[in-house]
Amino acid sequence: MNTEFSCQEMVEVVTNYFDDALPPDEQQRFERHLSYCAGCNTYVDQIRETIRQTGMVPREESLPPALREAIVAQFRNWKREH
Amino acid sequence: MLGPETLSDETALVAALRCGDEDAFSALVDAYGAAMHRVALTFVRSSAVADEVVQEAWLGALRGLDRFEGRSALKTWLLRIVANIARTHAVREARSVPFSSLELAREASEYEPALPVDRFQGPDEQHPQRWVSFPMPWSTEPDSALLSAETRKLIADTIAGLPDGQRIVISLRDVEGWDSAEVCSVLELSETNQRVLLHRARAKVRAALEDYLTIEAP
Repeated sequence: MNTEFSCQEMVEVVTNYFDDALPPDEQQRFERHLSYCAGCNTYVDQIRETIRQTGMVPREESLPPALREAIVAQFRNWKREH
Repeated sequence: MLGPETLSDETALVAALRCGDEDAFSALVDAYGAAMHRVALTFVRSSAVADEVVQEAWLGALRGLDRFEGRSALKTWLLRIVANIARTHAVREARSVPFSSLELAREASEYEPALPVDRFQGPDEQHPQRWVSFPMPWSTEPDSALLSAETRKLIADTIAGLPDGQRIVISLRDVEGWDSAEVCSVLELSETNQRVLLHRARAKVRAALEDYLTIEAP
């Protein structure tokens, strides 16, 4: 049985690794490969950085006022009918 | 007036809503309305349709209030309602491809490597499946492009151009910060298929950043 991940396999299981979805033996193989492979270290760091950067994409933090108004007006109607 | 402490007591909040308490309703809209709107926009793209979806979702929530049993958090319950309505609308928006959990599962089942195969050595080379050359590290200097608004724009544009399943999963997981179980539940996807879509989406965003950030050796 093949006991080491190749670099090509590493880039395909990185998402499972981050989600803690690798079986324990594969998690160990993943970490062992990282301990000696500079290329995969860079790749895994870049995926981590990609996730971090994606989390900083600006998001709309409040509703457009007209939409908020419409939702509250809808609530008043619902209350009348309720 | 309802403060944050009232919002944290969901049983009291739901009781106040059932009595028609407008302050309670407004507090809820201010807490979760923007997140619901963003989720709607992830599914339907058109902002007019997203507005309709959000209104329909709030009405659905009010009408379904008696069925809310507190098994999930109120926020999760609201987001699930908006996602379900948005999905229905996305189908009606008559895109060329039917939009369903079945279609997302099909998208996940297609073979697609995270990186082009020529980044790795072939079977006849010295070290098969190892890097041809290592990825170039990205600069993390304080003034590097990585920290710029332009980078965020590049990421947002890359995500907008992804196939439906990948776009929705990365938006919910990495932009909105949902966990895997929440995304699977709302999209009716298996953990495996959800992760495949996320994996591809992240690989593509990384590739876009790589093109943009890699410092060429002089």
